[in-house]
Amino acid sequence: MNLILVTFIILLAFTSYYFGRKKALVIQSSQRLTALPKFYGYYLAAWCAAPALIIFALWSVFEPSIVKTFILQDYTDQSLTKNELQLIYTKVKALAAGTYTGNITNFLDESANKYIQLKGIANSAKVAIILAILILSLSFAYRSVQKNDRMREPVEIFLKWVLFVASLGAVLVTIGIVFSLLFEAIRFFQAVKIFDFIFGTHWYPAKTFVRDGQPDPELMKDAFGAVPLFAGTFFIAFIAMCVAIPIGLLSGIYLSEYAGRGVRKYAKPIIEILAGIPTVVYGFFAALTVGPFVKEIGNAMGLEVSAESALAAGAVMGVMIIPFISSLSDDVITAVPQNLRDGSYAMGATKSETVKKVIFPAALPGIVGSILLAVSRAVGETMIVVMASGLAANLTMNPLESTSTITAQIVVILIGDQQFGDPKTQSAFALGISLFIVTLFLNVIALSVVKKYREKYE
Amino acid sequence: MNSFKKNLLKKRYNAERRFQWYGKIAIGLALTFLAVFMFQIFSKGYSAFQKTWIVTEVHYDKELLLIDAESPSKDDLENADYYDVAYKAMTSLDPGLPEEEDRQLIQMVSYKYETEVKDLLLKNPDFLGKIVPIKLTASDDVDQVHKGNYPRDIPEKNRRVNDYQLQIYDMLNERGDILSEFNISFFTSPDSREAELAGIASSFMGTVFSILVCLAFSFPIAVLAAIYLEEFAPKNKFTDFIEVNINNLAAVPSIVFGLLGLGVLLAVFNLPRSTPLVGGITLSLMTLPTIIIAARASLKAVPPSIREAALAMGASNMQTTMHHTVPLSMPGTLSGTIIGLAQALGETAPLILIGMVAFVNTIPGTPVDPAASLPVQIYIWSESAERGFVEKVSACIMVLLAFLILMNLAAQIVRHKFEKKWS
Amino acid sequence: MSKIKAENVNVYYGSKQALFDVSIDIAEKEVTALIGPSGCGKSTFLRCLNRMNDVIEICRVEGSIKMDNLELNSRKLDVVRLRENVGMVFQKPNPFPKTIYENVAYGPTIHGIAQSKEEMDQIVETSLKKAALWNEVKDRLDEIGTGLSGGQQQRLCIARAISVSPEVILMDEPCSALDPIATAQIEELIDDLKKEVTIVIVTHSMSQAARVSQKTGFFHLGKLIEFGPTDKIFKNPDNQQTQDYITGRFG
Ligand SMILES: Nc1ncnc2c1ncn2[C@@H]1O[C@H](COP(=O)(O)OP(=O)(O)OP(=O)(O)O)[C@@H](O)[C@H]1O
Ligand SMILES: [Mg+2]
Repeated sequence: MNLILVTFIILLAFTSYYFGRKKALVIQSSQRLTALPKFYGYYLAAWCAAPALIIFALWSVFEPSIVKTFILQDYTDQSLTKNELQLIYTKVKALAAGTYTGNITNFLDESANKYIQLKGIANSAKVAIILAILILSLSFAYRSVQKNDRMREPVEIFLKWVLFVASLGAVLVTIGIVFSLLFEAIRFFQAVKIFDFIFGTHWYPAKTFVRDGQPDPELMKDAFGAVPLFAGTFFIAFIAMCVAIPIGLLSGIYLSEYAGRGVRKYAKPIIEILAGIPTVVYGFFAALTVGPFVKEIGNAMGLEVSAESALAAGAVMGVMIIPFISSLSDDVITAVPQNLRDGSYAMGATKSETVKKVIFPAALPGIVGSILLAVSRAVGETMIVVMASGLAANLTMNPLESTSTITAQIVVILIGDQQFGDPKTQSAFALGISLFIVTLFLNVIALSVVKKYREKYE
Repeated sequence: MNSFKKNLLKKRYNAERRFQWYGKIAIGLALTFLAVFMFQIFSKGYSAFQKTWIVTEVHYDKELLLIDAESPSKDDLENADYYDVAYKAMTSLDPGLPEEEDRQLIQMVSYKYETEVKDLLLKNPDFLGKIVPIKLTASDDVDQVHKGNYPRDIPEKNRRVNDYQLQIYDMLNERGDILSEFNISFFTSPDSREAELAGIASSFMGTVFSILVCLAFSFPIAVLAAIYLEEFAPKNKFTDFIEVNINNLAAVPSIVFGLLGLGVLLAVFNLPRSTPLVGGITLSLMTLPTIIIAARASLKAVPPSIREAALAMGASNMQTTMHHTVPLSMPGTLSGTIIGLAQALGETAPLILIGMVAFVNTIPGTPVDPAASLPVQIYIWSESAERGFVEKVSACIMVLLAFLILMNLAAQIVRHKFEKKWS
Repeated sequence: MSKIKAENVNVYYGSKQALFDVSIDIAEKEVTALIGPSGCGKSTFLRCLNRMNDVIEICRVEGSIKMDNLELNSRKLDVVRLRENVGMVFQKPNPFPKTIYENVAYGPTIHGIAQSKEEMDQIVETSLKKAALWNEVKDRLDEIGTGLSGGQQQRLCIARAISVSPEVILMDEPCSALDPIATAQIEELIDDLKKEVTIVIVTHSMSQAARVSQKTGFFHLGKLIEFGPTDKIFKNPDNQQTQDYITGRFG
């Protein structure tokens, strides 16, 4: 139904484009045109499609919730909780669609009938309103075309609005992220105290799973302590940075200050391949090769090593991050003005002295910025940890044991079938929002530091 | 020159050399990682492109097939009972084997061997009543033994291939009845629980659909947004905010987009779970900022002189942009888009969250059929314990990397071939 | 007495030749000025004297440049030691983005000149005093050097150059970014410094060359056209091109 309506609107818009252009040619025979003929077409097409599509979109967004309030009105006197109401509504919808399998009460049946009725009314109303709008806007537009008003400006203004709305897309995505995370997270924090989440040291959400019925609040208190995950996340990121910072920074410095043009031309893109390899591939590599390798070495040294050690996951993540640091620091170092280098060489400094004492301090803000961006990547990295480090949230600082991270737990919780309304599922969103806040914080600082740095040497 | 300064100078030069070595070692390490990595993947994966067959003889005995008709029609062949014929084909390899041990022989081929027996007859109806040689897909264990990936010298009880089966295998191998051919079915079959039958067709199509959906959503919006921000946006707080927003969005972890897809696309808009449609939209939200940033950069690179020339001809701002600036910026935008898509192509975590990890053993025909994607397939297979999947994962990685390399090459070509150099 | 003796110096940037057979004798504890139109190779020649051209990948220097009979244009030469003895001040002030103190202490630190903190303080103070900057910055030695005014920055760079007590200081248009007052201060400084060091200065200002130098060399299109006492060059040059350039009738 909706598809037919939209297709109709679009077809009509195309037709009106050709019609408008024809009309312009007719006008041309008697008076001077105010714009190219195609603008008459655009004008009509825009007036045809835009209002109708906007109304259509608004209608589609609001219709379900309006229908829902109508249906649930009948249940207001029964003092039901929000969740129960939601459940009833789901049942009503399923019944109306004929996919309901539970036992049907009279009340439900009535509601389902009402639902079907309401839907029908809504549908016909939608079609009627959209047709009316189409006729109205088209006749208005046709009048202006007939009057041979200036046609180009309104079309351009319209286009500008289209462009503007597109640029809101990115903002919309951010709003979408924040709201979808907040919505579920708030519900989670109704079941679990935020204090218990942030400061609890025990993460074991599977414990709260109870077949039919509410889980024990005491259990909930002790199952969603995210400290082991926060600690694990930063611990693994720390291991990754221990690998990535020295290698990345030194390669960046070597490439920008020492390497000849030939080396630079080939080494740089080859190192950057490391950043282009999908993380799931790193995860496989870490789980299959690096993990057992680390374990073997550890065992040979007489150490107790888990096959899924934080060290393996962190080290592989570090390799992945090397090119971020090397490329960014290469750029940053290259941006240091040559006259500072000259100043140092002219004092009789060697190259490494110049790098260490002049260039590095001068480039430091930029380097710090790029390292922060890299940390934010490490914190948000998922697949390597899922595949190579454990899924059990141990609170440990031993790199040879397995730990879990925020991202890995989100995957563990949400893989397979999810049940909305379950605190375990909601906890993933609470973790998501913590992750979002942490990375946002890192990014904002990093971007502003880098921006300041760029401005300084521009 | 006093000896103190001499010493100092020597120390300084040593420090210089040391520092240079650190740099060389760092680069060497990075390159070594890459080399080890590639070597591992290739050495583990190349064998997956070979498929092992066991050759035996099958007797299409009309009686066993339960075919009564004198000259059976296609339908008769279709509905015949192939169980006994197929079973005999395998057990004939070792007629002396007691009946209750037959399973050992049957286990040496894939569980779909009966279908293979059937398909051969359907293709060649005149084989009916004859004894003909037939190729059967070897089980993954025999396959791994044949490829030498499976140790033979460990105790029998730790092996999935027992001594008897090895003996049969050796006999067949000596006779030249074990064949190794290019593994077409790896590319044409959907996923399967059996390693010897599993292919990447379903996940490959899933990836293709996801990427197309992603392109369809992200490219137009991103280009329009970039045009607005670069050419029309007034300089004010709000456009600054949009700009900051885009930059930060580009650095949000991908898994957060997965949560967005789950919380909004699935829960609110009720789009079908596990489908490339949802996967593609989720990925498009991720690529949006990447493309916007690339498109803005290449719009910025168009020199103002071109705009001025068009404006001086009396073109409106919109005409100048649409006729001159945007077409000139397209190569840069396109290559940025391809790179953004290549990033999206490798994403796994967000797709897992929106349910694209479901086991799919059919090849999806539309974006609204459930599907996996190549990276998710890698994840699914690598979680599987069977040895046969290790080489499949590596081979799948090779396909994925080839795909990525192609896309990056395309981006390079678009950039270099079509981009005008402004000096 | 001759301090630096250059003979038949040819310099190439890639395939492009920038200097042609330049031969010059630079006297000790005098100021030698190099003048000439833009792009004639003054900076290129100056940078040969402390091997700063090594920094430019495509640059190739031929010929012989001797300082106190030590061949400068030799592979075996230790450029680090050379540059300790031949300091340089650039056209655009380029203090390091560090404190004023660290800027001046940079040379003595890397060359191990000061053995103790007191000694270093002493060196920094004398250098800044010699560069006529001490009074302005003595209370804020730990402020960042890039925060000073242009003239102060340039004097800081001079202080940095003299902190290692070089025998020669090369100056490449040290005043071109400065206002007349700052310029006057630097010229005064040059006058003081020449009691102890040999100075080679590139300048676009004829009057500056006349004021500060004892010898002047005129470059044109990569060739040294004329070289001699400043008085003579300015009052009575042998060469017509020199005459035209000095009187501003050039080109
Ligand atoms: N790094 C370089 N690469 C290539 N060519 C160069 C380089 N530096 C200088 N040149 C060339 O060498 C010639 C001499 O340059 P040089 O900088 O010595 O001139 P100059 O006399 O100092 O001019 P100015 O008074 O403008 O500073 C010029 O033609 C210039 O183009
Ligand atoms: Mg110069």
